[in-house]
Amino acid sequence: MSILVGRETRLIIQGITGREGEFHARAMQAYGTNVVAGMTPGKGGQRALDGTVPVFNTVAEAVEETGANTTCIFVPAFGAPDAILEAVGAGIETVFCITEGIPALDMIPVVEAVRQAGARLIGPNCPGATSPGRAKVGIIPGSIHREGDVGVVSRSGTLTYEAVQAMTDAGIGQSTCIGIGGDPVIGTTFLDVLRLFAEDRETRALVLIGEIGGAAEEEAAAWAAENLQHLPKAAFIAGRTAPEGKRMGHAGAIISGGSGTAASKVAALEAAGFRVAGSPTEIPGLLRAAGYEG
Amino acid sequence: MLGYDARVKIQEADAKGLLLAQGLPVPGWSVSRSASEARGAAESFFAAGAGRVVIKAQVLVGGRGKAGGVKLASSASEAEAVAAGILGMSIKGITVRKVLVAAAADIVKEYYLSAVLDRSARRILLMGSAEGGVEIEQVAAERPDAIVTIHAHPHLGLADWQARQLAYRMGLGGQLKAAVGIAKGLVRTMLAYDADLVEINPLAIVRGVGPDGSVAETLVCLDAKVTLDDSALPRHPELEALRDPDEEDPADLEARQSGISFIRLDGTIGCMVNGAGLAMTTMDLVKRAGGEPANFLDIGGGAKADKVAAAMRLILADPKVDSILVNIFGGITRGDEVARGLIAARAQQVRDVPMVVRIVGTNAAEAAALLEAARFETATSLDEAAAKAVGASARSAA
Repeated sequence: MSILVGRETRLIIQGITGREGEFHARAMQAYGTNVVAGMTPGKGGQRALDGTVPVFNTVAEAVEETGANTTCIFVPAFGAPDAILEAVGAGIETVFCITEGIPALDMIPVVEAVRQAGARLIGPNCPGATSPGRAKVGIIPGSIHREGDVGVVSRSGTLTYEAVQAMTDAGIGQSTCIGIGGDPVIGTTFLDVLRLFAEDRETRALVLIGEIGGAAEEEAAAWAAENLQHLPKAAFIAGRTAPEGKRMGHAGAIISGGSGTAASKVAALEAAGFRVAGSPTEIPGLLRAAGYEG
Repeated sequence: MLGYDARVKIQEADAKGLLLAQGLPVPGWSVSRSASEARGAAESFFAAGAGRVVIKAQVLVGGRGKAGGVKLASSASEAEAVAAGILGMSIKGITVRKVLVAAAADIVKEYYLSAVLDRSARRILLMGSAEGGVEIEQVAAERPDAIVTIHAHPHLGLADWQARQLAYRMGLGGQLKAAVGIAKGLVRTMLAYDADLVEINPLAIVRGVGPDGSVAETLVCLDAKVTLDDSALPRHPELEALRDPDEEDPADLEARQSGISFIRLDGTIGCMVNGAGLAMTTMDLVKRAGGEPANFLDIGGGAKADKVAAAMRLILADPKVDSILVNIFGGITRGDEVARGLIAARAQQVRDVPMVVRIVGTNAAEAAALLEAARFETATSLDEAAAKAVGASARSAA
């Protein structure tokens, strides 16, 4: 098993005819992901990826023709919110938005619309998700993975690769590895992903990779303390030595209610039973120290 | 990007201009770049009936009042002298080049009101308090009950009833209509300019004399702070002009124009990394190995040789840098592109600084071959790279 992406994934690439979209669609297909359709308005009827994938003008048409259930969006920033809404409107269940630079306030009504439709949005500004040996959606390099049973969730891109590579090098495989994205307003939080992993019987340990700022790690830790006591858990927080005063302004700091610092996140995670690493390379050792046998 | 916010701060006078354009009540002001200009501005406020004028330094850092950057004057000549004292003074390292001049308000009571992007709730949050004119963090820490909050609806915005409820809870029932208008105006201002913070502190009931000689109390915005979402600036070209070039470090300007996230720090080890999280991690590991990072630098995804060269210029422009650590985990970014960029940059380098390069991920093997041929010092793991860079810095310093 795995979460969010797997063998059942039938993927549309929105923006498949663009440079980024085409490049990564090819990598996803090469990894074994079932890429069933591309979508670019005005390019309907064409075929992409050396003729293997039909391109449609609308997501609705792509869904009708191919039974797609997941989409991966590579649309420029000012058009991406509309692309998300189109996918949800066409009945897509899982939407990955890779696009970075979407204005934060544009995402507020979009996240609400996705929630009301009962769909799931991952991102924006996220690297996607990989279930090793099954499927990958997004831009995470396939080569860093190894099949296994450790769930990984992170809000970084390259830092996730670093941590996953360290696990793979140590012989520890992953069930699913998810980057939730670093933007202020995102569709799926750490907590949401932990809930999904909790229900996945083949995920037998967890790794959470956070950063300073916001309160998402603390919220996830509080839930894990109650609900994930049975799983070995490790974590890493980036920015432990970052100087103060380069971050949220006055009003923002109040909302997070004193949380947001590395110290606050490390304390919350340790209290919830996570072993917190001082370097990504320590994660495999800490997982084993926490009782992970794999 | 997390940890380091991509937000644009603008000055009080510009923030007030945005509020005024959205129909909020902001008493008149004037911006002066010289003491004589400030005198002229003060004269017109006195002619209009002001008893005193306030002169405020226009800088983007907080704590202007404590630093002596906000003062009152009772005459035009005093205003000129006060402005002369404030202009040119340094507040937290920023030289004051402009002052705002306005009639000093006859304040009855001060309040606090702001609209801010609440990341956790994924909504706009309105925050109000009857304790205005003081630092709101202090109120939040000492008397959290004194702060009233309400979320705007993600589709419908701030409803009238919400604004009324906020106003009554803030004790602004006597100024209900004005308070509702201002609360809704803050949300409108946020949306109109893609702001992530619009803060009025103080919002104040002021006493004024009407044209018929009667005394009336009105609710007005006496100060304004607005920060803008960098990502949205392309659709607000008029706001780009509100960045203050006087306050922008030339290095920051070059970084911004090159699409590089760069923050200068106090240490000696220059860092070049792709991705904000990995950049922060690299800094953490430099520190852990006993060194001090000279900067945070994220070249972003898919960086090409020219961006690498620009990043190298930014790092070397800092005279404190005596060792450089390059850490690239290729995903979208191709390792061989970065290696070529480093080789080209080193050929043009103005001074010789030891460099440790670690490139893994996409096209790492090609990168390794290029770097070996060019005799670069390389490292396999991030911990090893950090240790080598710290060692090189210590040798340089010795």
